[in-house]
Amino acid sequence: MNPQTILLYDGSFDGFLCCVFMVYDQNIVDPVIRKESQTKNQLFTITEQVTTEESKAKRVWKGFRTKTTTAEQRDFFKAFLSEVKGVENTLLSYMKSTFNKKASTAIDFSNKDVLKINQVARMVGREKHRMEAFVRFQLTKDDMYVATVAPDFNVLPLIMHHFKDRYADQKWLIFDTKRSYGIYYDLVSVETITFENISGINTKAIKKSYNDTEIDFQKLWSVYYNNVNIKSRKNSKLHLQHVPKRYWKYLTEKNTI
Amino acid sequence: MSFDRIREKLSILADAAKYDVSCASSGGKRANSDKGLGNNTGMGICHSYTEDGRCVSLLKILLTNHCIFDCAYCITRKSNDVKRAAFKVQEVVDLTINFYRRNYIEGLFLSSGIFKNPDYTMERLVTVAKKLRLEENFNGYIHLKSIPGASDELMREAGLYADRLSVNIEIPTISGLKLLAPDKKHEDFIKPMQKVKNEIIQYKAERKIIKSTPRYAPAGQSTQMIIGATGESDRDIMYSATYYYKKFNMRRVYYSGYVPVMSDSRLPSLGTEVPILRENRLYQTDWLLRFYGFSVTEILNDSHKNLDLDIDPKLSWALRNLHLFPIDINRADKVMLARVPGIGMQSVSKIIQARKFRNLDWTHLKAIGIALNRAQYFITCSSKDFYKKELSPSMLKNKILKSSASKYNKHFNQQLSLFS
Repeated sequence: MNPQTILLYDGSFDGFLCCVFMVYDQNIVDPVIRKESQTKNQLFTITEQVTTEESKAKRVWKGFRTKTTTAEQRDFFKAFLSEVKGVENTLLSYMKSTFNKKASTAIDFSNKDVLKINQVARMVGREKHRMEAFVRFQLTKDDMYVATVAPDFNVLPLIMHHFKDRYADQKWLIFDTKRSYGIYYDLVSVETITFENISGINTKAIKKSYNDTEIDFQKLWSVYYNNVNIKSRKNSKLHLQHVPKRYWKYLTEKNTI
Repeated sequence: MSFDRIREKLSILADAAKYDVSCASSGGKRANSDKGLGNNTGMGICHSYTEDGRCVSLLKILLTNHCIFDCAYCITRKSNDVKRAAFKVQEVVDLTINFYRRNYIEGLFLSSGIFKNPDYTMERLVTVAKKLRLEENFNGYIHLKSIPGASDELMREAGLYADRLSVNIEIPTISGLKLLAPDKKHEDFIKPMQKVKNEIIQYKAERKIIKSTPRYAPAGQSTQMIIGATGESDRDIMYSATYYYKKFNMRRVYYSGYVPVMSDSRLPSLGTEVPILRENRLYQTDWLLRFYGFSVTEILNDSHKNLDLDIDPKLSWALRNLHLFPIDINRADKVMLARVPGIGMQSVSKIIQARKFRNLDWTHLKAIGIALNRAQYFITCSSKDFYKKELSPSMLKNKILKSSASKYNKHFNQQLSLFS
């Protein structure tokens, strides 16, 4: 029995593409691709550290692009961001079957990898959309609109453009407390930022630095929210389907101010 | 501004606006220009949901609930004893901007009771939209109500600043309108619709020649009907809806189950349950007409005046037309695939793509996600195992009902079927 090869990469999308490059370059059969942070020692395996090189990643992506539609490329990237355990292996197998097929605009929805990627991408897409909907900015004393989130998947790279296009004339910051990084717009461009000291960006700290009228507008919003409800049509099941409880913590209207 | 006073006004004027069900913030593309505030990508976002499960995407308020009309179905009618209030133009602008900046809303939906006269009211609504666009450089979504009886000039100006305009027809039949809103004339509703439709046609024609023609109501127009207030049949409602879709190029017709809010001998009594299920069936029919290629006469006609409440309208149609089935999933054209109960448009597209690669069997169809509990009786695929026509329509219906768990089950018990 040949020992199985485990490829470890740095967790970036480019890093993953370099693993694919290596699989083809060295003809590795049945590899397992894993993030460095998830490493476990196993018997009868060979572990290889893959270094991220932009040029290699670009070559793989270029090849993938010639065989797929933009919708498929987007789904592929979304599925990667899902961080679902083992998604790299489904993506690899999907990529392999893509490289083997003739260029075509039709997608083979009877292939289980294709369906899986499609479903995972839809889950990520839903989470992205929810973040675009449920982010609640709070205005601070230094005229910055701040929000914290803890999304199920790593969607900040996906929502960046939406917020940049929409709030072009205000400074804003969206911080992912689960992954300890944020995106910040300084009226010119969006940058990814991290804090040495995580306690600098929690809800309590934000509350302390509220702008004078912030609380008033939050109260107005709650008043509005409570008055648009039609009591005789109450439908809690549907309500929870739309706003599952794990999102309530973001919502101004669901919390006492 | 004085927040206490604003809070009071907001509670009165949001409460009065909530029976308008239109919540769409989609369809009107508007880019963020010159680093201004907001954009509209053409896809709506629901920023919150009320406990009744409806989405909150716009700041939906009345400018005022003072009104000179006395329509029986309306909570702000003149003879109703409710608290009255009115916003100043600037107050609405400030609220919209501050809510928008905090990512609470997609934009503004401004309606109003009619004070003094239609033109005076319409002018106020237009002023709000104009201020938002020109002074605040606001590119979010604006939906204005067209006030029945407003002049053509004001309707033209409204469309230059708003994304969507709407007039609510409210009562689906003319006789019903006479009964419940004696002060209003049917023509008054039609006139602004006609104006908006013509302006949009004219804009599209002019734009082909001059690219810089100012845009006119890019998200089109919509209307709303109250369901269950005047005893009209589903056929009346859907025929009327089809008329508005065709005649005025409506983007949407909304159906709003009547919520009894005051007692009036002409209306269902207080405490009557809101016809939520009927509303749902009407929306399903609306979708079948707009996206699935059905014509209204196939679903509702002289021998079938009302929709079945216990099964969806597509299944109901299929049971009345069993001679067209079963169809072969691997060969049938798109039109016919869309007509199979349990297959939605997403699945239709997946099936059509997937069958280019191989013949599909039950496992594939299940993985793609079609509702086999209904679809299995109407299709064949790459398998020897399929449903042979052996049951009558009513027996098949019972079989399907038994195998499915409808969220509306509580409305039906087995006893009912004995009498139907």
